[in-house]
Amino acid sequence: MSVTTEKPTRSPKDFSSDQDVRWCPGCGDYSILKQVQSIMPEIGVEKEDIVFISGIGCSSRFPYYMNTYGMHSIHGRAPAIASGLKSANPDLSVWVITGDGDALSIGGNHLIHMLRRNFDFNILLFNNEIYGLTKGQYSPTSPSGTITKSTPMGSVDHPFNPLALASGADGTFISRAMDRDPKHLREILKDANDHKGSSLIEIYQNCNVFNDGAFAVYTDKGSKEDSTVFVEHGKPMVFGKDGDKGIVLDGATPHIVDLTDGNYDKHDLWVHDKYDRFKAGVLIRCFDAPSTPSVGLPRPFGVFYQENRPTYEDLLHDQIKNSVERKGKGDLDALLRGTNTWEIA
Amino acid sequence: MEETKPKTKGKIQESKKDVAILFAGDSGDGIQLTGSQFSTTSALFGNDISTFPNFPAEIRAPQGTIAGVSGFQLNFGSIEIYTPGDLCDVLVVMNAAALKANLDKLKTSGTIIANTSGFDKRNLKLAGYLDARSPLEDNSLGKYRVIEIDVTKMTREALKETSLGIKEKDRSKNMFVLGFLYWMYNRNLGPTQKFLEEKFAKTPEFIESNLAVLKAGYNFGDTSETFTTRFEVKPAPMPKGVYRNIMGNQALAMGLIAASQKADVPLFYGSYPITPASDILHELSRHKNFDVRSFQAADEIAAITSSIGASFAGNIGVTASSGPGIALKGEALGLACILELPLVVVNVQRGGPSTGLPTKTEQADLLQAIYGRNGEAPIPVIAAASPKDCFQMAFEAVRIAVEHMTPVFLLSDGYIANGAEPWRFPSSKDIGKITAPFLKKAGEEPFLPYERDEKGVRKWAIPGIKGLEHRIGGLEKQDKTGNVSYDPENHQKMVDIRAEKIANIANFIPEQEIDQGKVGAKLLILTWGSVYGAAKTAVKDMLLKDLDVAHIHLKYLFPFPKNLEGLLRKFDKVLVPELNKGQLVKLIRSEFLIDAIPFSKVKGLPFSSTEVQEEALKHLES
Repeated sequence: MSVTTEKPTRSPKDFSSDQDVRWCPGCGDYSILKQVQSIMPEIGVEKEDIVFISGIGCSSRFPYYMNTYGMHSIHGRAPAIASGLKSANPDLSVWVITGDGDALSIGGNHLIHMLRRNFDFNILLFNNEIYGLTKGQYSPTSPSGTITKSTPMGSVDHPFNPLALASGADGTFISRAMDRDPKHLREILKDANDHKGSSLIEIYQNCNVFNDGAFAVYTDKGSKEDSTVFVEHGKPMVFGKDGDKGIVLDGATPHIVDLTDGNYDKHDLWVHDKYDRFKAGVLIRCFDAPSTPSVGLPRPFGVFYQENRPTYEDLLHDQIKNSVERKGKGDLDALLRGTNTWEIA
Repeated sequence: MEETKPKTKGKIQESKKDVAILFAGDSGDGIQLTGSQFSTTSALFGNDISTFPNFPAEIRAPQGTIAGVSGFQLNFGSIEIYTPGDLCDVLVVMNAAALKANLDKLKTSGTIIANTSGFDKRNLKLAGYLDARSPLEDNSLGKYRVIEIDVTKMTREALKETSLGIKEKDRSKNMFVLGFLYWMYNRNLGPTQKFLEEKFAKTPEFIESNLAVLKAGYNFGDTSETFTTRFEVKPAPMPKGVYRNIMGNQALAMGLIAASQKADVPLFYGSYPITPASDILHELSRHKNFDVRSFQAADEIAAITSSIGASFAGNIGVTASSGPGIALKGEALGLACILELPLVVVNVQRGGPSTGLPTKTEQADLLQAIYGRNGEAPIPVIAAASPKDCFQMAFEAVRIAVEHMTPVFLLSDGYIANGAEPWRFPSSKDIGKITAPFLKKAGEEPFLPYERDEKGVRKWAIPGIKGLEHRIGGLEKQDKTGNVSYDPENHQKMVDIRAEKIANIANFIPEQEIDQGKVGAKLLILTWGSVYGAAKTAVKDMLLKDLDVAHIHLKYLFPFPKNLEGLLRKFDKVLVPELNKGQLVKLIRSEFLIDAIPFSKVKGLPFSSTEVQEEALKHLES
């Protein structure tokens, strides 16, 4: 990999391809594309060493708009394609672009196996809780009761909590961001890039055509502060208007406390430790329905869990190296000959 | 090494040109090992051989039942051998079920070697013999020569001084049978001794015990007064050279490695375990020092898509499976086709549809390979003819995939995958080169990923090269630029371009040759895949009888060799024996309007040469 030693002179524009972006006007994908293009000059990787791999869906058009290497593949398979790519060339910076239908429905199997194997990719899971490209059916993240063309009486499915799924698959970097908080999104993108291993970012993305406002409660000025908590490693969990609320951990159960009535102060609060697997599990499970933010816990954003574990591609290439050290570089004639031969003279 | 062939008093009484032995017993009896040991020993002795393992789908079906019978047929001779033999001369049965399941495969006046302790009341009942009446005692085997040996008792006797338990002792009884057959056919114990020493290097007591039983079996033949007939099968007059024994899947794996070396491009092998293709994964995983990246994927789809990802990154992506797994790969094959990346997909065919007959052979996936995709998605299809031919065809599959930037189907089947034969292996310097169309650096002009050379082949531009950044995908692409295009004229053009590129491969494969017989014969037998051996043997025999017959064997099925049509038109009749309901015959008819005659068999078993010959005779007479 050609890592630049000097300060990068590239601008986000250098990472934009010559293709017209064709998402619907107002789509949350525009913001995500912009944030990705803006951090690219900062990650210290030349654009020829970057590959974007996507599946199928609105978000999966993403690679066409990046002036890097890229592949727009088939539905759900981007993690598997990226696994082969990274095994073949571990030096590449690989970004998997997927959506809630792509990653969690048709590609669920590929996602979990990629996570447990811990390839060093960044996975951007655009979650809009709807099928957009097929014009508006419910997705595996749509809340129960979602009314769509395919569920006129409301969906009866229980939805996935994507991060709980990633945690169950032993993902080594589990995080959440949103299209409408670009600054936070950029920070998480950079953290994901810095993590060696499979870095999953669930990105709440508004589909203004088929599921407008699905995440409004977390993004709108009036409700955002009370319904979200932005967690940072080593910092107490404070949220609400002017930081008037906090979260304490009572055993394994989180509770909201009032920081203004004098009963609690910041020292009583749950301090986020992203390396604590068990507490991360609690955080990931803070998943109350957005319609009830006043009674439930706020929806957390940030990096919930991070773990250093060897990557699949490193272990694979270590084995290749060890095999060469032990047996010598492959000798084709010896292989063809085998151990039992006879001669006919 | 000590003297491995004990001194013997039995005289060689009879010389034979070829002998077929069928070993049969419970799937836990070590039948496959016994068979493969006799094969290796005979091959090392210089016989030509062909083998056919036939085992149940269950790993350990209920003991003593017909369902649990495992078989291994071996044909060895002082003449050239192309099949494991139609009927066998010797049937070795470890129990009653093995006899019941296989008696119809024994020649009249053939020899049965029966382990009498496998014919007790319980075994007879399990095998379904009426009133548990033993066929060894009711004169029903009158037309055969029966040698009864209490193998279990003799094995225990040979091991009485050891501290092994009964179960462990009984596990060696296959060695007794093997030793006895080594005596009968005057074979050397050396190769098996060497094998045991390697296999049990960590448990020397098992080397000792197995060797003791092997020798006991040999000595039993030598000292027992009952058996005075021994046979001699002299070495076969094979072309000069150094040989080894090779199984189909093993040869296929080696062909892939050789191709990777000759292309100087690393091999990525993404595969999900499936019978009968898994042995390719096992073999390749052992050779990481050839820079083989073997990847046991989480499913069949991940197996092929990971391989596509590796090809995009500049490795030779290869995946293998069998029928049901290939069905799952269909969508990704279309992707590889439209991306125009090299990819090899191996189908080791088995009986279908659905899960079908996992351990039995069939050739019913030919049309799936050629047509089984959505849209116009032409993919070259080639097929191996025999175990050793898997090496050559695997190499060819990689050559075509890389040099023409296309996915390639390589068809094998359960029969050749598990079968073995002697192989005069090539020297690496005699294996051709493969030239990968890499674009190593950017030029002055902007890079156009779908610009083509005179063969219609695009460049292989892999991530990591400055100035060649580009996006590829499953959407229809504009000619040259590769940008997404929904333009009707462009789609027509791209479909035509891709079809023409594949058709043009006919200019880069060998012209079709006649295997045996003369151009203009009354009857041509046209085969593909594993039917080769049976047809070869049948036609050889018919030519000796001065019959007007010839044999052509196809290895390139799509596109066909460009002289094929002209060649086929020179024969009065074309008979196509295949292990399906008539698939190649459909292609021949639709491509050339030649009225080829189907000859179909779908029993999960290969053709015998007799079956081919009998069918041929019908068409020669009419």
